[in-house]
Amino acid sequence: MVIVNNMVLAKFLGLCPFFGVSKKLSNAFSMGIAVTLVMLIASVSTSVIYNYILVPYEVEFMNIVIYILVIASLVQIVELTIRRTNIILYNALGIYLPLITTNCAVLGITLINSAENYSILESTVSALGAGIGFTLVLIIMSGIREKLDLADSPKSMRGLPVAFITAALLALAFMGFSGMV
Amino acid sequence: MNDHKDRSNSKQPQSCHPQEQHVKDNKKSSSRFWKELAKGIVISNPVFILTLGLCPVLAITNSITNALGMSAGVIFVLLCSNIMISSIRKAIPLMVRIPVFIVIIATFVTIFSLLFEAYFPPLHKSLGIYLPLIVVNCIILGRAEVFASKNSVVLSAADALGIGFGFTIALIMISFLRETLGTGSVEIFGRQLFKLPGLSVHPLTFFISPPGAFLIIGILLALFRWIGVIRSE
Repeated sequence: MVIVNNMVLAKFLGLCPFFGVSKKLSNAFSMGIAVTLVMLIASVSTSVIYNYILVPYEVEFMNIVIYILVIASLVQIVELTIRRTNIILYNALGIYLPLITTNCAVLGITLINSAENYSILESTVSALGAGIGFTLVLIIMSGIREKLDLADSPKSMRGLPVAFITAALLALAFMGFSGMV
Repeated sequence: MNDHKDRSNSKQPQSCHPQEQHVKDNKKSSSRFWKELAKGIVISNPVFILTLGLCPVLAITNSITNALGMSAGVIFVLLCSNIMISSIRKAIPLMVRIPVFIVIIATFVTIFSLLFEAYFPPLHKSLGIYLPLIVVNCIILGRAEVFASKNSVVLSAADALGIGFGFTIALIMISFLRETLGTGSVEIFGRQLFKLPGLSVHPLTFFISPPGAFLIIGILLALFRWIGVIRSE
C-alpha cells in the first residue's frame, strides 16, 4: 500500500490536497500526518460499523451515507482536539483541516476496505499504509515544487501544469516498485 | 473556488442591466438560463479552468465508455442535488449547511449507484470505488455552496447542466486522447469506432497507465492556459 498501490500516484485519490498543500515542505508534512490520523481512526470505526451493524442487518448499500457522516464528525473531533492542544499546528493547517472531510483518499480507503471484505485488523494496516504512502508522496512532491518555483519554465506551464508533469514522472518512478511484491 | 465566486458575482449586475428590465420577465429568465448553461461549459469549465474534481478525471479516463458512465453519474447527482438544495435553501440553517449538503449528495449518489448496478453491471464494476466517490467530488459540493444555496431552482438546474456538460466534454477529450494513444483504437460500449493501423499493433501503453494520465492532463492544462493568454492579448 505504501509504495506499490500508492494512493495518489496509482489510485489518484486525494489529488486536491496533493496539489494544493504541496507548495511548502513543512505544511506538507503536517497535512500528511493529519490525513494519516483521520484515515486510521475512520478505517477502524467504519470497519467496526460495517462488520457489526451493516452486514448483520443486510444494509450494506447504505455504506456511502454512513461513512461520510462518520468521517465528517471525526474530522470535527480531530479539529477540536488539535485546537485545544496544539494551537500552532492548528494555525498552520488552517483551511485544509475541514477539507479532509472531502478528501477522497479518506472515503476511498474506507470503501476499499469494505469492498475487499477486510477484517478490522487488516483495514487498520491498510489505512496505515495508505496514510504513510500519502505523506511520503506529499513530502517528495513539495520538495520538488520548492525547487521548481525557482526554475525558469514557460509562462503557460507555470504552476499547475508543470506540477502535473512532475507528478507523471514521479508516478513513472513509483511504477518501478510494482515488481517488488 | 474563490476565484469563481468573484466571477459569478461580477456576472450578476450585467444580467440585471436596466435595459433588460423592459424585456418580458419570461424572456429574461430564459436568456439567463442559457447564459448559466453556457458559462459552465466554456468560461468556467470545471476541469480545465477551475481544476476541480480531478481524482475521477484522472482515474477513469482510460476509456471513453468509462468516461461516459462517470459523466452520467456526475450530471445526475449534480442536477438532483442542485434542484433539491435550491428548493430547500431557505429552510437550511447556516451553521449546519455543509453536513446537510453532504447527506443530500450522498443520498443521490447511493440512488445512482444502485440504479447503475441494476442496469449496467459491467460498467458499474469497471468504475469501481470511483462511483461512490462522487460524494466527495469538489465540483458537486462547490456548486451547492456557491450557486444552488443562493439561486432559484431553474437557474440552479441550468448551472448544474452547464457544469455537468463542461465536465463531460473535458472527460471525453482526455479519454479520447488516452484511449487512442494507448490502444490504437476507440471503442464505445463494445462497438469499435476506428482503428489506427500502426498504433494498434504496437500501442503506447504508457498513456493507459497512471503516469500517462498525469502527463496528458498537464499538457492539456498548459494548452488551455496558452489559448487563454493568446485570447487576452
